[in-house]
Amino acid sequence: MPPSPRVAPVHRRAPGFVGSTLAIARKDTLIELRSRSVILSALAFAVLAITIFFFAWDPTAVASIDLAPGVLWVIFTFSGLLGLHRSFGVEQPTRAMDALLAAPVDREAIYLGKLIANLAFVMVVQAISLPAVALLYNVPIGGYLWPLIGVVLLASVGLVAVGTLFSSMAVSTRLAELLLPLLALPFFVPVILPAAQATARLMNGRAVSEVSGYLSILAAFDVVFLVVCTLLYPYTLEQ
Amino acid sequence: MTELSIQATDLVRNFGTRRAVNGVSLTLVPGDCLALFGPNGAGKTTLLRMLGGLLRPTSGSAAIEGIPLPGSADVRARVGLVSHQTMLYDALTARENVEFSARMYGVQDARKATDEVLARLGAASFADVRVRSLSRGMQQRVSVARAIVHSPSVLLADEPFTGLDAAGASALTGMLAGLRDSGATIIIVTHNLDEALALCTAAAIMREGRFVRLDRAPIPAREEYTALYRELSVDAA
Repeated sequence: MPPSPRVAPVHRRAPGFVGSTLAIARKDTLIELRSRSVILSALAFAVLAITIFFFAWDPTAVASIDLAPGVLWVIFTFSGLLGLHRSFGVEQPTRAMDALLAAPVDREAIYLGKLIANLAFVMVVQAISLPAVALLYNVPIGGYLWPLIGVVLLASVGLVAVGTLFSSMAVSTRLAELLLPLLALPFFVPVILPAAQATARLMNGRAVSEVSGYLSILAAFDVVFLVVCTLLYPYTLEQ
Repeated sequence: MTELSIQATDLVRNFGTRRAVNGVSLTLVPGDCLALFGPNGAGKTTLLRMLGGLLRPTSGSAAIEGIPLPGSADVRARVGLVSHQTMLYDALTARENVEFSARMYGVQDARKATDEVLARLGAASFADVRVRSLSRGMQQRVSVARAIVHSPSVLLADEPFTGLDAAGASALTGMLAGLRDSGATIIIVTHNLDEALALCTAAAIMREGRFVRLDRAPIPAREEYTALYRELSVDAA
């Protein structure tokens, strides 16, 4: 047997909550930047859906301004689900989640790290699909771009908060692809409804003050979903 | 009185109606190295997952360095875990995987600790290669590096020799001996009697969720132990 040099101890201190959260978010982002599996599949879905809606649309029956908000939120919702499904999937093949759970990291930090990475992916897809819808449906969004971005951002936080939690619950089941939308979509409704309403009003040229109520509702749901999902996440890991 | 590193009392774990671990009791002190043998389905991995805090026992109790399991972040920081799955991210390089683990354990100079442990395990030459491009044996070295980068005082290793060639097995044995001699407590689940018996200070054979034999140093000679193991395993089959 080879000689067995004593192993010098390394200096450790408890990893901080914020540091762990950001390290997990960075790790997931790096993996996605290299594999591009989430963004490519979500973008492919978004482009296909926009195209199909466009060719199925009869401009003489429905004005583009009435159709565009619905198209936008259908695309945001389902492309987001595609991405969220992969969120915990990166840990599955080699059981890397076991290594994360064995580490002295708060479970809540794992959830929030995943959430931040998911939010980044969803926003990339939204940043591409929003101008694509505006262009194809000839909806000028320049006049109310910032309020619209505010609506999209607030809604995305709520959707990703719920979706990340359910992705964690669904990932180890046999029917994960089916289970995630079944679990998440009912909880998406309180977010999508005010978001779609606010988007429609902005696209119809209403004053920003008219959508402030919807923004407040979205912000309230964000807070509730963020807090509740963060607190519930550790219970989804119990074995 | 020597402080106990690992203490398990009547550990039981059920999966539905099946009892995977059935009343295991165990005490190990710093510097102990236990080789855990047994046929497939004997409950070895389940026992290790409970001691690693990944599974809650159905009944019984366990503690690492006096802290009850499944414990807080404090107890998890003391344990290193090697699984027969690599627990690595395919899209990241060997160095990125180990450094990420070092950061999760709060290692202060994560880069330096990563480079050192990769060098010790003979993995420095492929440190910047993505894990998906590495052979199974190379991945296993990285997996072990990931588990010990924070110098755990308790190492739970499930099939750590999987996929390793002779040089890799030798490097790992040397590394584990170094950990043991530094006072770490090690449990190795393996079918590799040669490596494990050479390294360990105690050996146990598990069957149907129980220890059917537990030897502390001096462990019977290799030939004698192999015969015992075969006899007990064949009985199980």
